[in-house]
Amino acid sequence: MSQNICTPENLVYKKTSLLTDKIMHYCPGCGHGTIHRALMEVVDEMGLQDKTVGIAPVGCSVLAYDYMNIDMQEAAHGRAPAVATAIKRLMPDKLVFTYQGDGDLAAIGTAETIHCCNRGENILMVFVNNAIYGMTGGQMAPTTLEGMKTATSPYGRDVNKVGWPLRITEMVAQLNGVWSASRHTVHTPAAVMKLKKALKKGIEDSMAGKGTCFVEVCSSCNSGWKMTPVEANKWMEEHVLEYFVPGDIKVDGKLVR
Amino acid sequence: MAKFKGAIVVDKEKCKGCGICMSICPTKTIGMSKEVNGKGYNFAIMVNEESCTGCASCGRICPDGVITVYRAKED
Ligand SMILES: Cc1ncc(C[n+]2csc(CCOP(=O)(O)OP(=O)(O)O)c2C)c(N)n1
Ligand code: SF4
Ligand code: SF4
Ligand code: SF4
Ligand SMILES: [Mg+2]
Repeated sequence: MSQNICTPENLVYKKTSLLTDKIMHYCPGCGHGTIHRALMEVVDEMGLQDKTVGIAPVGCSVLAYDYMNIDMQEAAHGRAPAVATAIKRLMPDKLVFTYQGDGDLAAIGTAETIHCCNRGENILMVFVNNAIYGMTGGQMAPTTLEGMKTATSPYGRDVNKVGWPLRITEMVAQLNGVWSASRHTVHTPAAVMKLKKALKKGIEDSMAGKGTCFVEVCSSCNSGWKMTPVEANKWMEEHVLEYFVPGDIKVDGKLVR
Repeated sequence: MAKFKGAIVVDKEKCKGCGICMSICPTKTIGMSKEVNGKGYNFAIMVNEESCTGCASCGRICPDGVITVYRAKED
């Protein structure tokens, strides 16, 4: 019987204690939860809980500080990289990361993003791209795909009027201050493992003073996309990842794409 | 080759019934309950207790981190 194998010596996976026991407010199936856990597992595995300061954004993940069991600081919308800059410069021995959505990082915070990356601040930037403003009800973001319907593009994004979906990770990769840039997903268990590897490398390199380490994670927003969670993951694979192609963009200071 | 037998424990009150674990389980071990939890969600259950290998894929992907996975060598 399966019950009798559920004993401590047979344990192979449980939620890390670096996530609190609070019930997350995210919609069922939201990628934010999986990304929070991947990040906290890496911090846990590296033994960095009391050396880490995370910066929470404005967006659905605004309450990340309630879930991540580490020191955190909230920033105004889009300003996480500026706050992270100050914290890292005052406490250079800490692991400092930002956790930001696409509206936060690639719309209202574009200036902070670019200049932080250009200065090569020694931080990890975790960029959760769900191609929409999730929190405010599913409005078009700079990352919304061409033709994609949102609350503010009900007939689909018209690129002639509002421009093309912004590949900001490819953009910042061009900057000398950026040491690494890559794009990931969390829609399969294998992808989660890959993401964890990239986060670990980004943590090591940013702490070693190599520069800004930038990790994009394409994630689903099933509520904003008006799909079930499983459909949203499938749609992401078929549409989002066609345009936002996963993989390395810059490795150890060299562009590879 | 040693065979492994696995089992999962779902925190049913915290499960949001998203079905993602069910969709990625390689052995079709997971299904959704007919009953609902306190929040009104159908929650993940083992529908095939014999098939679980304890691969932990479901645990790694569950957005809410509510799956605990166990694995033992079968002799
Ligand atoms: C200065 C300011 N402008 C606008 C808003 C409204 N607002 C809150 S969250 C958000 C967009 C969030 O989108 P994103 O960063 O993609 O996060 P998601 O919710 O999709 O994870 C906006 C526009 C705000 N809170 N503050
Ligand atoms: S609105 Fe979208 S991003 Fe926000 S919690 Fe729901 S699914 Fe996640
Ligand atoms: S541990 Fe693996 S086989 Fe068992 S339920 Fe989870 S995904 Fe399926
Ligand atoms: S992935 Fe997690 S929250 Fe979603 S149905 Fe499975 S156990 Fe429940
Ligand atoms: Mg978003």
